[in-house]
Amino acid sequence: MPLLSVRDLQVDFTTRNGRITAVNGIGFDVEPGQITAIIGESGSGKSVACYSLLGLLPTPPASIERGSAVFDGRDLLQMSERELREIRGRDIAMIFQDPMTCLNPYMTVGNQLVEPLIYHRKVTRAQARERALELLAEVGLRDPQATIDQYPHQFSGGMRQRVMIAMALINEPRLLIADEPTTALDVTIQAQILELIAELQRKRNIGVIFISHDLSVVADIADEIVVMEKGHVVERGDRQAIFQAAEHPYTQKLLAAIPAGSKPPADAAREDLIQVRNLCTWFSQGRGAEPLRAVDDVSFTVQRGEVLGLVGESGSGKSTIGRSLLRLVPVTSGEVLFDGTDVTGLAGAGLKQMRRRMQMIFQDPYASLNPRMSVYDTLAEPLLLHGIATRKTVEQGVLQLMDDVGLARAFVRKYPHEFSGGQRQRIAIGRALATRPEFVVADEPVSALDVTIQAQILELMLELGREYGLTMLFVSHDLAVVRHIADRILVLYKGRVVEQGTGDALFNAPKEDYTRQLLQAIPGRGLL
Amino acid sequence: MWRFIAGRLLQAIPVILAVITVTFFLVRVAPGGPFDSEKAVIPEVKAALEAQYRLDLPLGQQYFAYLQDLARGELGPSFKYPGRSVNELIAAGLPATAELGAYALLVAVVLGGLAGVVASLKPNSAQDYIPMSVAMIGICMPTFLLGPLLVLLFGIHLEWLPVAGWGDIPGDKILPSLTLGAAYAAYIARLSRAGMLEVMSQDYIRTARAKGLPEWQVVTRHALRGGLIPVVAFLGPAFAGLLAGSFVVETIFQIPGLGRFYVQAAFNRDYTMILGTTVFLSTLIVLFNLLSDILAAWLNPRLRAQYGEA
Amino acid sequence: MTSANLTDVVQAEQGTSLWKDAWRRLRKNRLALFGLAVLSVFIVVALLTPWIAPYAYDAQNLDLGASPPSAAHWLGTDIFGRDLLTQILYGGRISLAVGFVATAVALVIGVTWGAVAGYVGGRVDAVMMRLVDILYALPFMIFIVLLMVVFGRNLLLLFLAIGAVEWLTMARIMRGQVQSLRQQEFVEAAVSLGLSPATIVRRHLVPNALGPIIVYTTLTIPSVMLLEAFLSFLGLGVQPPATSWGLLISYGAETMEEYPWLLIFPGAALTLTLFALNFLGDGLRDALDVRGSGD
Repeated sequence: MPLLSVRDLQVDFTTRNGRITAVNGIGFDVEPGQITAIIGESGSGKSVACYSLLGLLPTPPASIERGSAVFDGRDLLQMSERELREIRGRDIAMIFQDPMTCLNPYMTVGNQLVEPLIYHRKVTRAQARERALELLAEVGLRDPQATIDQYPHQFSGGMRQRVMIAMALINEPRLLIADEPTTALDVTIQAQILELIAELQRKRNIGVIFISHDLSVVADIADEIVVMEKGHVVERGDRQAIFQAAEHPYTQKLLAAIPAGSKPPADAAREDLIQVRNLCTWFSQGRGAEPLRAVDDVSFTVQRGEVLGLVGESGSGKSTIGRSLLRLVPVTSGEVLFDGTDVTGLAGAGLKQMRRRMQMIFQDPYASLNPRMSVYDTLAEPLLLHGIATRKTVEQGVLQLMDDVGLARAFVRKYPHEFSGGQRQRIAIGRALATRPEFVVADEPVSALDVTIQAQILELMLELGREYGLTMLFVSHDLAVVRHIADRILVLYKGRVVEQGTGDALFNAPKEDYTRQLLQAIPGRGLL
Repeated sequence: MWRFIAGRLLQAIPVILAVITVTFFLVRVAPGGPFDSEKAVIPEVKAALEAQYRLDLPLGQQYFAYLQDLARGELGPSFKYPGRSVNELIAAGLPATAELGAYALLVAVVLGGLAGVVASLKPNSAQDYIPMSVAMIGICMPTFLLGPLLVLLFGIHLEWLPVAGWGDIPGDKILPSLTLGAAYAAYIARLSRAGMLEVMSQDYIRTARAKGLPEWQVVTRHALRGGLIPVVAFLGPAFAGLLAGSFVVETIFQIPGLGRFYVQAAFNRDYTMILGTTVFLSTLIVLFNLLSDILAAWLNPRLRAQYGEA
Repeated sequence: MTSANLTDVVQAEQGTSLWKDAWRRLRKNRLALFGLAVLSVFIVVALLTPWIAPYAYDAQNLDLGASPPSAAHWLGTDIFGRDLLTQILYGGRISLAVGFVATAVALVIGVTWGAVAGYVGGRVDAVMMRLVDILYALPFMIFIVLLMVVFGRNLLLLFLAIGAVEWLTMARIMRGQVQSLRQQEFVEAAVSLGLSPATIVRRHLVPNALGPIIVYTTLTIPSVMLLEAFLSFLGLGVQPPATSWGLLISYGAETMEEYPWLLIFPGAALTLTLFALNFLGDGLRDALDVRGSGD
């Protein structure tokens, strides 16, 4: 008998623009001792479905229209708030995406940890604390005695997520709902947390619902996979079936979107467009404090026409390198030669001229467009600024750019908030290409996007790169994506270059320990 | 934390010094000497008086002499109440003002905080609209209008409460305290509602609910602290406002407090009294601001840690 | 940078700018609309007062004395037999003028100061904001009282003094806005396009910082009006023969036992205006989706 059996669940939302059905008649089972993954892109209803089971959706605006969710012989959807409360945190526990915001910043982790135990099991505070210390050790926190009385901000992201897991498990629940528990974490940390969840699940033999947008993340741990699209379950099956014989076109699309393979090697040696020599970018951390060495003595070259991948985890300095090349942050020392000219010394008209030749595409398409400017204004600005178009020809220029990046011309009057993430990234790419640059820095251009959109944007960038004859610095935390798009890859760690080479060389014969660690951490590497 | 407090104290010193200096010179450059209004003062008497108040010295010397007096806690003699020092006058007015201010602050924090929290628990319901409408009235109804209206209603019409005085008749402290506290209760209600709504939408509140805690525990254990930090930070400015409000309330209710003395001194052009009271009140306000800043920082573990790294 | 003949090239769908969006939300807010309407009426009336006031400003009728509302005097008369409605109309001119002018002073100083500090950053910012911090700690209410005592009750001085207090918060808000906007990627994008700092401020920073500034400006006007009324009530603000709502309330309070209308009508005028401004400010805050309160 399944531990949880959801049938015909429908959840609606009342919004300013009318009613929306977020979850439309879905059903799935969770077996005890198994991990059921629910996969879907943003807006697929995967989180809403799970939150509605525990009564964690604010009503209104949400309302559960119909359906049943039988847990342990009782229908969760028919329970009163009081009965549900008895189950929440005792029989069914949750962990969330962002361990930064999900822990109370005003309470010590110890006090937060013991809460469910004291409330549900009526144990004394001392007993609860004892238990919390055991669990913290079990989830891999070093020296729980010393850290249990600290506040969440004193922990790293990975450690916070371990605390969250301990908190969820403290009452020995039978079902654990994990909502994108690794999405906010670095790759190597993600691998550790995935392993931890799988291990604890096996040991306790509990059922787990693992919600994720990324099929590859669950490739190693899921027993069952439920694929959701726009409020519907489009496919269900065991891991084997989904990965090897997916039937639904959407599942196939998701699988195809997992970046795989590497770019064929370039045909011939090319001249260097950019030479970076002993680049240092340090940030002051206040008087008396050691400066933060975001980029520390880095040298490399970028050849004309190539895509150079820059890979590293948070704090590796990868974004700062890109911004240093474009003079968006002040460089501390070193040289950046662009076509023979040292960019670091430029000012005034010379700098403006150089800016035309090198552009940037940013990570967050929600923040990288001025919300008060229409597509037309955004794209026309660079065209007019650099005299690429005159007032007479600027419309034609704008429309041409929209064609190039695959945006319908009819949208030219619209504003950023009226577009989806992928469409916005297209606008941002159009803006970067407007000046006809020779060199583009792309800073994590796809990591804020849904998987299927991600694949489209990567395709678009490769295509435009060829068309415009671009040289590109592609910054990303995701090795698989970089391997897919880059000719050569630079691996960064703490502001220094650890290793460089072609994608195949790095993947097949990594020389450095850190590179090996990164490769090991790639989720679902069996798929590649 | 200690470093933070020490830093703030150090910052307060130039502020207080600036207040003293600006006030001193403002008062001294005021047109018309303090004894000009009195008719037919014999020149010798005037000279004697000016010598007594050190007005015959150059301005710079007067200033430093005043600073020396201040360092000893001496605020100097009053111009208009011969024989009495400003210290004595402040000592006479302070108890009533302090008591009035304390009650008003209590009204503001308790009523305002409660109303704001209650409203935030069920936004856009009657439980929200009713207290918030009352708060809006509180904000739009200035103290000097509310006071007379309350007197008119409860004092004159209904004859429930005395219309004036302080500590003479039982119940005569109720109307002044309510009048003075009302506007700040309204502000605090709005602040705490906004603060609570902000906190209640945070992810960690969802975590607390996912643990199965009952709603009242979610509110008291997890939301209240973060939600009320803005209120604590507001207490400093509120205190300054209450002092200014006491000028009006003490005038309306004829309370022999510092505020009324100050206004009278202003009309009498009792310069030493104005100077002394301004310095005294300003120092008090600066210190109270400091206190509410420190309290707000202390309530936030992240700030506490940041300043704790010594 | 708009083009008139774009529609010739393509049938463009009309986009909804954030301003239009905000206006649409504001229009649904009845209280805010009520505030806007009341305010508009008061402003028009204040501008037209010399022509529409029923009596001359200084027309006394000592024989009549204080009389309750009647057909001849809709809101009654004061102890000198002066028409209260006329008094309130003229008082409103002053009260509103103080509110708007002083707020404008605060707006200009505060926005400039905050924008410069926020955009230049570094040491300049530190010095500029430290100054604001120090001024913030000064007990200004007491200072204004002092200024009024020392320099006499001068209306111009009152404008300047109140404006000088209120610019501090404005500067803080503007600086916070500019600082957070500067870190946004679209500003970085503008820098990397090669736009000049002036253009970046004008096209990219100001339009985005405007929302909170509008909201705070709307909420500053009532607090300035309150301050003026407070001073006038104490006898330290507007002086006779000029009048303001605060002064009328103070007279009304003296004689409220015998002639309550002298307190109630000016009080209602002031309160109604404050309501209107606060409702409008709150409505704008919701419509422009400005977080935090600033007060």
